[in-house]
This record gives sequence, C-alpha cells and structure tokens, in this order.
Amino acid sequence: MAKHIHAIYSDDDILMQAVKQVRAERYHIEEVYTPFPVHGLDKVMGLAPTRIAICSFLYGLVGLSVAITMMNFIMIEDWPQDIGGKPSFSYIENMPAFVPIMFELTVFFAAHLMVITFYMRSKLWPFKKAENPDVRTTDDHFLMAIDAGHHDVDKLSQFLYDTGALEISLIENDDDH
Amino acid sequence: MYTLPSKLKLFAIIFMVVGALGMLAGFLSVPSTTAEVKEMMAAHDDGHGGGHDASYSDHNGDHTAKDGHGIDQNAISSPEAHDSKNTHGEDAHGDEEAHLTHVLHQLQNRPWSALYVASFFFFMIALGTLAFYAIQHAAQAGWSPVLFRVMEGITAYLPWASVIIIILLLLSVFHVNHIFHWMDGELLNPESPKYDKLIAGKSSWLNPTWFIIRAVIYLLGFNLYRHFSRKWTLNQDDAEDNRWFKKNFKLAAGFLVFFIYTESMMSWDWIMSFDPHWFSTLFGWYVFAGMMVCAITVIALVTIVLKSQGYLEFVNDSHIHDLAKFMFGFSIFWTYLWFSQFMLIWYANIPEEVTYFVTRIEDYNLPFFGMVAMNFIFPVLLLMNSDYKRINWFVVMTGIVILLGHYIDVFNMVMPATVGTSWFIGLPEIGAMLFFFGLFVLVVFTALTKAPLLAKRNPFIKESKHFHY
Repeated sequence: MAKHIHAIYSDDDILMQAVKQVRAERYHIEEVYTPFPVHGLDKVMGLAPTRIAICSFLYGLVGLSVAITMMNFIMIEDWPQDIGGKPSFSYIENMPAFVPIMFELTVFFAAHLMVITFYMRSKLWPFKKAENPDVRTTDDHFLMAIDAGHHDVDKLSQFLYDTGALEISLIENDDDH
Repeated sequence: MYTLPSKLKLFAIIFMVVGALGMLAGFLSVPSTTAEVKEMMAAHDDGHGGGHDASYSDHNGDHTAKDGHGIDQNAISSPEAHDSKNTHGEDAHGDEEAHLTHVLHQLQNRPWSALYVASFFFFMIALGTLAFYAIQHAAQAGWSPVLFRVMEGITAYLPWASVIIIILLLLSVFHVNHIFHWMDGELLNPESPKYDKLIAGKSSWLNPTWFIIRAVIYLLGFNLYRHFSRKWTLNQDDAEDNRWFKKNFKLAAGFLVFFIYTESMMSWDWIMSFDPHWFSTLFGWYVFAGMMVCAITVIALVTIVLKSQGYLEFVNDSHIHDLAKFMFGFSIFWTYLWFSQFMLIWYANIPEEVTYFVTRIEDYNLPFFGMVAMNFIFPVLLLMNSDYKRINWFVVMTGIVILLGHYIDVFNMVMPATVGTSWFIGLPEIGAMLFFFGLFVLVVFTALTKAPLLAKRNPFIKESKHFHY
C-alpha cells in the first residue's frame, strides 16, 4: 500500500511557489498534473532536461544516410542511365539533383522518429488508459501528488494547506499503474 | 557612457595604415604594358611553382575543348570577351598578344576589384544592421531594445560606406577603372568591333547617368532613415510620452518597404551588373541573405566585446542566444538561396545562364565550394546546440568564420567578372580588408561613445532587460 497526498491548486503561480516550498522541505513530489504547460515548472521541480533534440539530430543523420545510400545505389551503381544529360558517373557529379530528397528525408526521419520516440517515452498510444487522478486537472485545476510514505500525514497536510492548496486528500492504492 | 579605449583607436589606425600600404602596393604593382605582364608571369612561375601559369594553360585548353562543342562559355561571361572572341574563333591560343592584353586588363582590374569588394562588404554589414534594426522596431520586438544602441553604433558606418561606394562608382563611370564592363561606351556603338547587342539592349537600365542617379536614391534613402531613426530614438530618451517611439515605428515600416525594393535593385546594379550578360531573379534576395547574416554576426560580436568590457549591464546570455539563433537561421536561409540559384541553373543548364557557374567552378573552385562549407556546414554544426549558442567564444568563433565566408561570397560574386583567372587573395585584397576593418572599428566604436548604451524610455526596454529564454 502506497500513500499519496493529492493537493489541488487553482493558480499556476501559487502552484510554482508551492512546488518550491515542498522541495525545500525535502518532500518527494511524485507528479504534478496541469491543464496546460506551466513555464518553468520542470526547472523548479528539478526535472532533468529532455534529450529528445539529440535523438532527433541522430535520426536526421540516419535519414540523410538512407537518402544518400538509396540514391547512390539506384541512380549511380545499379542502373546509371543518361537521363536528360545528367551526369550519372558518380554521386558527387549529380548531387545537386539529389539534395531536395536528401533534405526531405533528413527532415522526415528527424521529425517522425522523434515524435514516435516521444510517444514511447511518454507511454502514449491509442486506447491507453488515461492516468488522470482528478478530471478537473484537464480544465482549470492543478494537482500535486506527494509521496506520504514516511511522513506525518497531518503535519504534511497542514504544510500543504499553508502553501495555498484548496483541497488535500490522502490516497491509498496498490500502485496499479 | 562608453569611452573609446585609446588602445582600440590605435589598433584601428594601425589596421588602416597597414591596409592602405597593402592597397598602395597593390596599385603600384599593376603592370601597364603587356611586356610587363609577360615578365610578371615568368617571375610568378618561378616564385610559386607555376600554379598560376598552369591554370592559364588549363584555361586555354578548356577554350579549345569548348570550341569543339560550339559553346565558348568563358568568352561569354568574361569582360574582355569581345576583344578576344575573334581570336577564339580563329586560333584559340595562337595569338599570344591578345592573351597578354586579356591578362593585363584583369591585372589592372584586380586592385580596384579588391577595393570594391572590401568596401561593399563593410557597407553591407552596416546596411544589413540597419534593416535588422528597422525590423526590430516594426516588429516591436521585446528582446532587442537593449541592443538598439549597439545596432545604431554599427549603422553609424553607413554614411562613410555610402560616400566611399559612391566615389568608387563615380570613378568607374568616369573610366578611371574598368571593373564595370558595360560602362564601355564602345559596346553600344553598332559601328564598333566591340559592339555588344545584349548589353546595348540593356542600356536603358545600365547607363552611367541613370546608374548614378539610382545609386544616389538608394543611398539617400538608407542614410535618411538611419539619420532620423537615430535622432528620434535619442529624442525618445528625454520625451514625456511615446510620440517619438510611434514615429520611429512608422518610419521603420516605411523604410522596410523602400529597402526591399532598393536592396534588390542595388544588388542588380552593384553586383549583378559585373556580369552584364547574366541574370538571376533571386539575386537580390541572395545578396540580402548574406547581408543579414553578416550584420547579425557583427551585432553579436560587438555586443560580446562591449559586454566583456562591462558596458552592457542588461545584456545576458539569452540575448546572445537570440542573436546566435538569427545567425544560425539566416546562415541556412542564405544557403537555401545559394543552392536554389545554383541548382536551378545547374539543372536546366541553359548556356546563357550556366556560364556564371562554369567560370566559378572551374576558376574559383576552392573559394566557391569553400564558402559553402564556411557559411553553411560550419555554423549549422556549431550553432545547432542550444547551450553552445550561449557560450561567447563559440559565437565569436563561428562569427569570424561566417564573416570570412561571406567576404569570400562577395569575392566570388565580383572577381570572376573583373579579374577572371588572375585572382589571388594577396596584398590588394587583404590590404583593402584591413583598411576597411580599421575604418569600420574606428567609426563604430567612436559612434558608440556618443550616446548612453541603454535606451531610456523605450516602451519595451523593461521587457528587454528582463528578457530570458
């Protein structure tokens, strides 16, 4: 049985302030649910920066390699035809004609694989069961879930009340997701 | 208030003196007769292992090869084409005297072209900064007002550059030099052996009087905007309301309309007309993109210099980050236009258009492709990372490469038409660059001392001070 405290806030500025205070008191924030991106929330929560841009760069390189290998094989090695006088003797000689495809495939791979990476890392897919502790967090409320495991619940509740929480509830569940 | 360090002044003056000496040496070493050319070529052969001479023989070899195919590509685009065209047809390299005359004209053009390229390069930095400055006003950008005085300092070079450019253009019009081939009146005379039907057909646009009138209109427009914009931002500092700010906003919007027309025409006049047989529709945009990259790079460099000396209290690494993003973005935009121009012409391969790139790839191979590496691959790889855009020495290093790359870009646009295969980056070119660099630094940093480095009552100044990305 894991115990959590769910504290609900109605203002993102108060939420940010509360996150700072909660972290200063060394309580562990499990998750924060917000209806929209709150600027700087990741920073005050101390989340590690995302590496998705690095992934995207590498995917782009893959796309570029695919484009070059594909066209070098098809246009230069496999069947080097004379098409309208274009020099198919070597890849470099005919390269300007390949650049639009090289560019597009780089972008295609970088974009799509990055999006798929994002879905996989955030565990998002169709028919996925929504992990929403309170429906109001998709509209206009902010919810902070705090691990209450080894703390005095009353003291923690009082502390959260002082940070501006509107509702504080103790949740006991079996960690089914 | 910024005070000009005496060391910087000395530094700039040393650059100007050394540069002027280099240019002078360039002008003095120009041969005046074909006999001297012959001698020089022989001496050159000993000195540099014959690299240059070899390129001449390549060149001639190419001519014969192309004659065989019925397309004399070099002859079409080179300025002396029409003197040498006859000889090409009969015996491509039998007539040594004609070849020497050809080289003589190229060598005589070289110090003038070097001077022109360097003066245009610094002119375009000032003009690009002015355009960027107007965009910041018209877009009511919230991040950049702390940099306005830096930009105004850089645009202070514009009047100087304008005077130098107009003098150079007048010297060409009065035939002191022959870098603009179409200015030769003989070309328009149907009786003359030099008669050129294509250039004669363009003479309603490309004629010296109208050319100078246009140049004056462009420069007057640019300088008037610079003058009033600067004056009105200073007025805004002491004003009670935002009247001057609003006036500046309207002026900036009007200037941008004027600028985009005149910049395009200016690039036809001052750059594209070096190859009067050739034309390209996106040329104005191409020159503009190069101009913007250089301007933003220089803004970033001057900002970093002033910041490191402790003058720009409110500039933080987010401002540098934004400038670096612009450097990155406009480098890609420049490459996009460079490639679009190159690829369309390469793909269609229409002889009248393609000569432009044939001469550049054959005679300017390293500068032509080297500049793409410097202006595209280098900034793309170095400025892609968000953290690197905040590191001053990364921005400075990339900025220097970008500026050198765009100097070579202007070099590649001008030199093939004026000096052809006789190009070299030597005394006249480096001298001219050093001279204008010294002048630019002196003018810009002197202008920075004239007003406080932070605009006081700009409505966006508070936002700009707290700008954080």
